[in-house]
Amino acid sequence: MRNESLDRAPRYFLRFDLFHRLLHGFLMFSFLGLAASGMPLRFNQAPWAAALANAMGGFGAVLFFHKTFALILTLCFLIHVGTLLRRVFIRHDVGVFFGPNSLVPQLNDFFEMLQHFRWFFGWGPRPRFGCFTYWEKFDYWAVFWGMLIIGTSGFMMWFSAFFGSFLPGWLFNIALLIHADEALLAVWFIFTIHFFNSHLRPEKFPIDLVIFTGRVSERELREERPAEYEKRLAEKSLTAIETDPPPLWLKNFGKLVGFCVVACGFVLFGLTLFAFITE
Amino acid sequence: MNSHRCNGREALIRVHRPEEKWPALMLSIAFAAMIFFPVAGSGAPAPANEVCLSCHSVPGLEKERHGKKVSLTVDPQRFSQSVHAPLSCTTCHSDISQVPHAAELKPVQCAQCHAQVAEVYGTSVHGRAQHNGDHDAATCSDCHGNHEILPAKNPRSKVYPLQLPYTCGACHGNPELAKKHNIPVTNAYQLYMDSIHGRALEKSGLLVAAHCASCHGSHDIKPKNDRESKVYRARVPSTCGACHAGVLADYVTSVHGRAVNAGSSGAPVCIDCHTAHEIRRVEGPAWQLEIVKECGTCHRQSLKTYRDTFHGQVTALGFTRVARCSDCHGSHQIRAVADRQSSVSAANLVSTCRKCHPKANANFVRYSPHGDPTDKEKYPRIYYAALFMEALLIGVFVFFGLHAVLWLWRSSLEVWRRRGSNGDSAKGPNSDD
Repeated sequence: MRNESLDRAPRYFLRFDLFHRLLHGFLMFSFLGLAASGMPLRFNQAPWAAALANAMGGFGAVLFFHKTFALILTLCFLIHVGTLLRRVFIRHDVGVFFGPNSLVPQLNDFFEMLQHFRWFFGWGPRPRFGCFTYWEKFDYWAVFWGMLIIGTSGFMMWFSAFFGSFLPGWLFNIALLIHADEALLAVWFIFTIHFFNSHLRPEKFPIDLVIFTGRVSERELREERPAEYEKRLAEKSLTAIETDPPPLWLKNFGKLVGFCVVACGFVLFGLTLFAFITE
Repeated sequence: MNSHRCNGREALIRVHRPEEKWPALMLSIAFAAMIFFPVAGSGAPAPANEVCLSCHSVPGLEKERHGKKVSLTVDPQRFSQSVHAPLSCTTCHSDISQVPHAAELKPVQCAQCHAQVAEVYGTSVHGRAQHNGDHDAATCSDCHGNHEILPAKNPRSKVYPLQLPYTCGACHGNPELAKKHNIPVTNAYQLYMDSIHGRALEKSGLLVAAHCASCHGSHDIKPKNDRESKVYRARVPSTCGACHAGVLADYVTSVHGRAVNAGSSGAPVCIDCHTAHEIRRVEGPAWQLEIVKECGTCHRQSLKTYRDTFHGQVTALGFTRVARCSDCHGSHQIRAVADRQSSVSAANLVSTCRKCHPKANANFVRYSPHGDPTDKEKYPRIYYAALFMEALLIGVFVFFGLHAVLWLWRSSLEVWRRRGSNGDSAKGPNSDD
């Protein structure tokens, strides 16, 4: 294996194109902003809450930032759904729903999960994952569901005069409750489980740059997603996704942004966990 | 209109200080006495004031009494301007019939002339303390001065409204003294001077501003636990209401006012929300946020559920843009929710919510501003929504928490094994640079 890599430069394949990387970037920043401007309200009794809210510039500013980030995230969501619809209805590409590159959960994902657990206990080999693993699909749908739930309840409260004209007022009680709890779930999930699954587990520690560079090395693809690698090898479609190595500036940029976001995430997780335990 | 208002103010002052007519009356009696009954003594004529002043006008004369230095100097000019200028020295220092006089004189008895005031004073907290041998307690001269006493309406009088706080503050701004005498408020003077009343008096020179005597009385000051005290809990509303008549009219019909009238000792009176000495303007955010907590000292559950709502969250962070207790429930005129006249009764809810939410309708006001996710009976929808969210949170974190822990364990084991078999050359799949 070493000789092989010495003989010729390692090959790289494109996993996320620029569009998806940018979309994830906007999602990431708006999510951080929403968490930072929303959590002081959720944990208003915590000693850091008022300080953070005042640091942002007070009530008006907190609300302004929260709504601005909400609009950015909503835009991300709509653009994503728009591209999906275009793929399905204009390009007639139903691979969005079925097939190996779909993010829709399939029976196979369930078996892979069971096999993964067997591997955890040392009772079997590691599953041969494909393009998207079951935890990645969960991440995707958790965010999808989260945006729907938090977004809907958020817009309901934002435009309470409009929604209140035809919806019963008690829905606003429910709206705030699920907005806050679902947000807490999302924040904690992203800042612990997603961080661990994608970056902090020993195979990836300290960071997986693929979401910034978009590129995976041949070895990564072969070891992490053997099912996809072998399928593409058999179909001879590997070259279709082959690309240049990630430029150094992009890797450094990814590290800089990535570590900053992970640090912010940990701070927010620590603050909210502390407040949750002591409330 | 203007003159009418002025008259009103003067009337207010007069109502507040009924004792002011006494010095004048007493003075006339004293005059009459002097004319018809010249100072009686052992036969020898009492020394003239000039004789006394020939010694006592010397500056710096003093002696010690009760451990305190007492000045014996009388400023002839100030005495000549005082309300007692027409009297002879021996009117008050009646045990002097010749000079030089005895080294130790009897205390001056103001009661000789001011009998009625003295009687009232004797029942006051100061008078009783003096009677019990507490020489720190204020006597006539501590508040009115001695040789330079001016009419109470004279702006330079020690008991003129604009001067009184300094006079009372001489003792009631002294924490040491307060501690020594178990006075609960150790810095009443400092608090008062910073209050809306103190500022109105000191900065704006407003005679209508409440000063010490407006609330506590003057000669008849009683401790606050005395039922006759003007600041006894149940009497506080009427004391404040002497000036704040409109507020009092609202308050007595409120649920709190009625409870106080019915003898409740727990229901709030003015000072519970506004405090006694440090009363501030209610427009400031600090006060507006503090008052929410104040309501919560009794209405604990309501405060807790309020904090779960957007209104309560925002105010907890220190911002006053959203509804606080009084915005919905009212303040002085606050009524029980069951009361049809309450601002939060079913009949008035829409108009109350419309103060902030102009488009509020019957649908909108089905919102629960105190919705409690733990109250299954009253708020089943909120209860089950909270239960679902809780189950989701726990479910997700138990599953993925375990998942992560097991994964970490297995991966660490793999990495460690690979290190063991490959030595330093082992590399994770990620380290391909």
